[in-house]
Amino acid sequence: MSDQCAINVERLTKRFNGTTAVDGIGFRVARGSTTGLLGGNGAGKTTTIAMLLGLMLPTDGRIEALGHDMLANRYPALARMNFSSPYVDLPARLTVRENLRVYGRLYGVRRLGPRIADLARRLDLAELLDRPTGKLSAGQKTRVALAKALVNAPDLLLLDEPTASLDPDTADWVRGYLESYRAEHGATILLASHNMAEVERLCDDVLMMKRGRIVDRGAPAALIARYGRDTLEQVFLHIARAGEAAPREAAQ
Amino acid sequence: MTGARVSSGTAGAAAPARRVAAMVLRYWYLLRGSWPRLLELAYWPTVQMLVWGLLTTHLRGDSDWIAQAAGVLIGAVLLWDVLFRGQLGVSISFLEEMWSRNLGQLFVSPLRPREWIVALMTMSLIRTLIGVVPAALLAAPLFGFNALTMGVPLAAFFANLLVCGWWIALVVTSLILRYGLGAESLAWALVFLLAPIACVYYPVDVLPAPFQWLALALPPAHVFEGMRGVLFGEGFSMAHFAWAAGLNALYMAAAGVFFLRSFDHARRHGALLQQGE
Repeated sequence: MSDQCAINVERLTKRFNGTTAVDGIGFRVARGSTTGLLGGNGAGKTTTIAMLLGLMLPTDGRIEALGHDMLANRYPALARMNFSSPYVDLPARLTVRENLRVYGRLYGVRRLGPRIADLARRLDLAELLDRPTGKLSAGQKTRVALAKALVNAPDLLLLDEPTASLDPDTADWVRGYLESYRAEHGATILLASHNMAEVERLCDDVLMMKRGRIVDRGAPAALIARYGRDTLEQVFLHIARAGEAAPREAAQ
Repeated sequence: MTGARVSSGTAGAAAPARRVAAMVLRYWYLLRGSWPRLLELAYWPTVQMLVWGLLTTHLRGDSDWIAQAAGVLIGAVLLWDVLFRGQLGVSISFLEEMWSRNLGQLFVSPLRPREWIVALMTMSLIRTLIGVVPAALLAAPLFGFNALTMGVPLAAFFANLLVCGWWIALVVTSLILRYGLGAESLAWALVFLLAPIACVYYPVDVLPAPFQWLALALPPAHVFEGMRGVLFGEGFSMAHFAWAAGLNALYMAAAGVFFLRSFDHARRHGALLQQGE
């Protein structure tokens, strides 16, 4: 795998009881880039991310992350990766500080106390550190989940709908923070989202998924131009409603 | 990249111990954050000990068997609680992760399943000690039964029952990994399925012949036979100890393999991401 490549996926397939959730996809994600994984419900985005993280075993295919074969030995890569999703929680009865301590130790973070203090300052969590995580508002929980996802200063960050169910102000703040994190750390970000404006703002590259396949990819502006639309949302709707015809061909 | 500067990663001999300690810390935070949970740990063993202690006091005048070893029932109930609490200590900590939908977070970290098992067992030991030690200490002033008079054999009984509780819990947690939270009641039920053939309060030869073989194929019957031998002044039975330890080693290895296979089954079916209430 090229040193310029943070993720390399080949022929990735996942079948559940005869249903194909991910159908032989392949893609590369360049180091230091932000790549969006777009698609409607059931397109296979979450399944793809789960396989990239080792949470789910593929039926077939190959995954490399940060130069490591994720099926043969995922742990060296996992130490340099992290993940956030509204579909997995942090223990609700532990305080924010306790959760960050536990995850910091799991990731082997050196000088954990100063690291937590730094994250609390950057993510405006100082007032929340000693409160139970379960008693926080949705926006506060999102900031805590982001702190957990950044506790090990990951080189590769996978985010599943990072701004789902957030108010526009909080969502905008999260996007801004992700932009600054990537710029500051040179990190690679792969995010699945239904928010087209978010993808247009954050992503250098977009993978369009439909029924378990990648049906098109490109920079947001290039996709908009290719489909002759004004926004990425219009491109998304075009692809979602394109029926069985290959969306790229339909666009042409 | 900054990750290498902030994190020491997965390398180094201390890394597995550090991750196990992190998980023990996670369960300890949960336990210490709720005084009713701490109280409950000690409550049931103490109530059990009081019930059986009073029954022993009542029967002492009428039963030669009880008169020979006044502490046999109290000792049995305390050691049974080691098995029960040992099993529950692993199962409840495991279920906490399911209830809080935290498995997905844990297993995108460098935590290995076997390290998680060690953490669950460590927490089980802590929970068992918190539960059983107060009851054992109370038994001395209330009923004149000092468990420590059993001496070194007590440590052998304790260790064997704790390990037995662990492998039962691994079977339970494996089934929950495979079948989801619908199987969670097994955490309380399965160990009681073994109770009749564990021969906690009566000798193995009380059982019908076929069940005697079944009982002796499981470690608890050997432990409780051994305990009665010590309390009746017959000395420590190395044979029963060896059987209990050998069977525990065999079942523990099998349960460990079953757990790891169930973990892979959960990964194949996407259950680590979807488990929850």
